Amino acid sequence: MPIFIDRRLNPKDKSLGNRQRFLQRVRAELKRSVQEQIRAGKIADADGAHAVSLPAKRTSEPRFRDAGDSGRRQHVLPGNRHFAPGDRMPKPGRGGGSGSGSSPGLEESEDDFRFVLSREEVLDLFFEDLALPDMVKLNLKEIVAFKPRRAGFSASGSPTNINIARTMRNSHGRRIALQRPRREEVEAILRELARIEADEPDAARADVAALRAELDRLERRRRVISFVDPVDIRFNRFDAQPQPNANAVMFCLMDVSGSMGEREKDLAKRFFVLLHLFLKRRYDRTDIVFIRHTHMAQEVDEDTFFFSMQSGGTVVSTALEEMQRIIAQRYPRREWNIYAAQASDGDNLATDSRRCLKLMDGEIMRLCQYFAYVEIIDERESEIFGSTDNGTSLWRAYLTVKERWPNFGMSRIARAADIYPVFRHLFTRQPARLRK
Amino acid sequence: MARQTPRSDLLFSGSDWNFATLSHAYDVIEAVAKEELRLDVYPVQMEVISSEQMLDAYSSIGMPLMYRHWSFGKHFLREELLYRKAGRGLAYEVVINSNPCIVYLMEENTMALQALVTAHAALGHNHFFKNNYLFQQWADAGAILGYLDFAKGFIARCEEKHGIAAVEAILDAAHALMEQGVFRYRRPPRLSSDRHREGLRERLEYEERSYNDLWRTVPRLADDAKPDESEASIAERKRALNLPEENLLYFLEKNSLILEPWQREILRIVRVIAQYFYPQRQTQVMNEGCATFVHYTIMNTLFDRGRISEGAMLEILRNHSNVVFQPAFDDPRFSGINPYALGLDMMQDIQRVVTEPTAEDRDWFPEIAGTGDWRTILLDAWANHRDESFIRQYLSPALIRKWRLFLLSDTANDSFYSVASIHNERGYASIRTALAQKYDIGASHTDIQVVDVDLLGQRHLRLQHKVNDGILLESTGCDATLRHIHELWGYEVSLEGVDAQTGVTVFERSSRQLA
Repeated sequence: MPIFIDRRLNPKDKSLGNRQRFLQRVRAELKRSVQEQIRAGKIADADGAHAVSLPAKRTSEPRFRDAGDSGRRQHVLPGNRHFAPGDRMPKPGRGGGSGSGSSPGLEESEDDFRFVLSREEVLDLFFEDLALPDMVKLNLKEIVAFKPRRAGFSASGSPTNINIARTMRNSHGRRIALQRPRREEVEAILRELARIEADEPDAARADVAALRAELDRLERRRRVISFVDPVDIRFNRFDAQPQPNANAVMFCLMDVSGSMGEREKDLAKRFFVLLHLFLKRRYDRTDIVFIRHTHMAQEVDEDTFFFSMQSGGTVVSTALEEMQRIIAQRYPRREWNIYAAQASDGDNLATDSRRCLKLMDGEIMRLCQYFAYVEIIDERESEIFGSTDNGTSLWRAYLTVKERWPNFGMSRIARAADIYPVFRHLFTRQPARLRK
Repeated sequence: MARQTPRSDLLFSGSDWNFATLSHAYDVIEAVAKEELRLDVYPVQMEVISSEQMLDAYSSIGMPLMYRHWSFGKHFLREELLYRKAGRGLAYEVVINSNPCIVYLMEENTMALQALVTAHAALGHNHFFKNNYLFQQWADAGAILGYLDFAKGFIARCEEKHGIAAVEAILDAAHALMEQGVFRYRRPPRLSSDRHREGLRERLEYEERSYNDLWRTVPRLADDAKPDESEASIAERKRALNLPEENLLYFLEKNSLILEPWQREILRIVRVIAQYFYPQRQTQVMNEGCATFVHYTIMNTLFDRGRISEGAMLEILRNHSNVVFQPAFDDPRFSGINPYALGLDMMQDIQRVVTEPTAEDRDWFPEIAGTGDWRTILLDAWANHRDESFIRQYLSPALIRKWRLFLLSDTANDSFYSVASIHNERGYASIRTALAQKYDIGASHTDIQVVDVDLLGQRHLRLQHKVNDGILLESTGCDATLRHIHELWGYEVSLEGVDAQTGVTVFERSSRQLA
């Protein structure tokens, strides 16, 4: 007779800890490789929903193993049908995809543990330690709206909030506890009295008196013990639940004048894509407004924004004005977190930069959670301008903005590989600061 | 069911099981095993588990207790993926070489399967564990669970004290050397008792408190003596360190200059576990063959006695034939020789040779052919052989013909395999030798040893790989493993490949090349 132990009720996930460790380990590895990929510019199609598949390097368990492609071996195999000693059999082509069954080479296959990441997971890894800087006015955690939310019952409140069921339940319990006479009992006595008086008017006066006394007692008791007493009453209680503001709108501003070529547009697009993906992860709802401008600005749809050509001069302030107008019209700042990303090659009408500065200082920076400006420059220029404050008139104007507004970020990018560092630079988590 | 019991002698009917039926079935099966096969087993502890728990057991190399490590989580994910997606079935049972012998039964099994599993694991494997000389000498069934418990606790404490990352780094490195962490020729010391371990722990703690001098363990030359590189001194220093040493983990544990006491203890834990599994790896064919032979014989006996219904027997046979299925080499399902099939066939073949020998068998097995008592012969084989010697001793020409075994020579640079021997008079011996060789872990195992280290000089650790038949090491794995050794050793580590036959150096890798 063996010992039996029923382990089915034991906690199941005995290896949960191991699993988590493994995922954690992979996570670190994956994060690194995702970031490498992004840095190398492969995430150009970041909005593509394709899964990224990564060989997990650090999860291999190395050991000394024989190399399959060296040495002399002997294999003993079952199922010889027609071979005689001395026969030769061609080896299956190396990596020719022939069925492993036909290959007598019995080497263990390479440990190929792959982990497929969904797009969401990749992006999560990508954004893991990013957060928008200085949520100035409408911080992510800042409360802008309240919504009443049920929170149990209370003994006081306004009559509209009386909870009938709860109240009646209390009343019922109290009536039982205090033995309040029920109406049926009273009616029974009344019927009895009526029957006696009708049947034998003179008989049993004593009986009638006793019944009347009982009736009196019951009636008195019913009066004293009320049906619904103030102590029974319960009110629904509501708490004001803070609602985080979950809407964001992102303004994409781009100069589409002739000076912006394919390369510039491509870089700008990647920049917008990254910002958009980021906002999409952070907010329930994200709107995008595309504003393109030459010497005049116009709100367009995405395709037009990126693909249609337009010629003209460059007046940046028109785009800012357009943005201001759209905000006023459709995106009240109390309900929307407003972000703006502007891409330009820096060309601007010399006199316009001052106007831009005024617009930014005047209203836009107060409306925006964050305003990111990238100036797309030539690779050759990057060496010249890389670190200096010199630059186009727009750049210099924006430098002034940057000094005044902590929620303004700007950078120059020259290559696809620059975008990610710039992006990080613009959106790295910064210690919370309050706006002066 | 109650109504059926009186009119039949069946152990069970229907597919549902309960503990009473299980227990009754075990008793009957055990009785048959003892009288029919004269098995001798450890007491049995049967544990009923769910499929998820079976997955858990899979991922911690089948042990009920195990320390935490990410690699087990990785195995879990893989098994889970295979189980959920590819529909690969789980094992019906897991059996643990311990005293009492622990058998896991899956709750999903039908009663017929539970009976099969009971015969297979609780008696077949159990008998083998208890009686085979390798297990008796090399794996300590009584102490393993206690030791694992200690190991789990010790590693958890280390994690608390030194951080998970530090412990994981040591475990990663140790796991990489697990195969080189086994004494193959020397008998390993018994696992220490609780009291002894407690003492050890206290000593470790004391040492940790008073630990300051790394050189403490090193034999010192007098300060003024210059280290000289004469032949004699090298020989002397090798002798002092007991070199060459095949057990790399043991060597590092005892001699590495940079490890702290707790790190040494972790190396020791991994080494002990590797050692525990070493006999299992040498007796795959025999162990599974023995268990399969036992369940097959017992189930047939029970069926003959009318204790198992025809329906249940069919279910049992179906599972049995799945287990012993051996596709031919050119079948897409072929993935090597099935140890269950080979073991069972060899054992049944022994039965045949002993009871109804042919002239050929009398020629090949004069000492057993026709003696009639197959039970004694099998019991003796189970007790005194491992795969390699078992095959060398008992693989008969009749079985070689039945399996149509043939021998293929494979030289890496050739574009073809050539057939060296087939199942004919001239080929039997060479096929048998080659197959036995294949199961000889000592021969097929990568042979890497510590050959020299100058503790007083560069502390350069020299390893030697004896290259057999020109089979080199796979380079990525080799480099990564060397890196791990380097982490444990702290100074330069080099691996030299020396051809076992000619003594010529074939390759050389050093940790310096890796950095």
